[in-house]
Amino acid sequence: MQNNKQAEMPDLPELTNPRQWVCNYADYLYCYAIIRINDQEQARDLVQETFLAALESLSHFEGKSTEKTWLTAILRNKIIDLYRKKSSGLYSQNEILEEEHEQQDFFDEQDGHWNNAYRPQEFAAAVENPLQHKEFERVLQGCMNKLPNLWYAVFSMKHVDEESTEIICSTLKVTPANFWVIIHRAKLSLRACLQKYWI
Amino acid sequence: MNRLIKIIYNCRQATFLIEKKQLTELTTKEKMELRIHLAGCSICKIFQRQSILINGMIKKRVQLDTESQTELDEDFKIALQEKIDQQLNQN
Repeated sequence: MQNNKQAEMPDLPELTNPRQWVCNYADYLYCYAIIRINDQEQARDLVQETFLAALESLSHFEGKSTEKTWLTAILRNKIIDLYRKKSSGLYSQNEILEEEHEQQDFFDEQDGHWNNAYRPQEFAAAVENPLQHKEFERVLQGCMNKLPNLWYAVFSMKHVDEESTEIICSTLKVTPANFWVIIHRAKLSLRACLQKYWI
Repeated sequence: MNRLIKIIYNCRQATFLIEKKQLTELTTKEKMELRIHLAGCSICKIFQRQSILINGMIKKRVQLDTESQTELDEDFKIALQEKIDQQLNQN
């Protein structure tokens, strides 16, 4: 049995060596996923799904890109599918309504002035040395995770991936006008959250 | 002119423009509106500074993490390798 397997090995396309994937790319792909979804469990699942999906379509890999680029593209599609899934449906609608409700108090309804209680103030702590950076990053992640899923997806695709507005709009089915509203609102929420927890 | 007066005093609109400005080119009119607003509004200036800081931190995180700071735990990797091997051996 073992010999048979060995004998089959040369049939694998030489361009790619799946037996080395975990060793070569698992950590990289995991990081890639973590930055984009901020959830360890889901990131792990996505890495696993990526490898398994790649195995399925091994015959399609023509070596036009590197293994790493190819695997990353598969993962990226899975992340976007997850964004889509999480930002559709009633739950997603409701969490947006809730957050919008929260933001109603940020500005005066009439003249658009900051309301006193929500005025941005200098952050309580500095972000200077590496330790502070690390900590700030942790709080920022926590705040990002509080965003409604659709806002998170839009914000992440724009700020992390620097994706074009057109592609984000068509991928997540938002209008360009709504895109800018979300970009604005997401930052209002993030900043307010940091003001509260970055102390 | 009425619109201009409105924007000069409107922090909601100014913060909107602050966000837009970091991602795309503002129109000449928008640029002027924002400049006038920020000249007179120290609160939105704080907002702008913090917004830029947040964007900068996100960029930095992307760069740092692709140099691999976070790692999967070994047990998970071993199990994953086994799954892959299994799949390969079936073919």
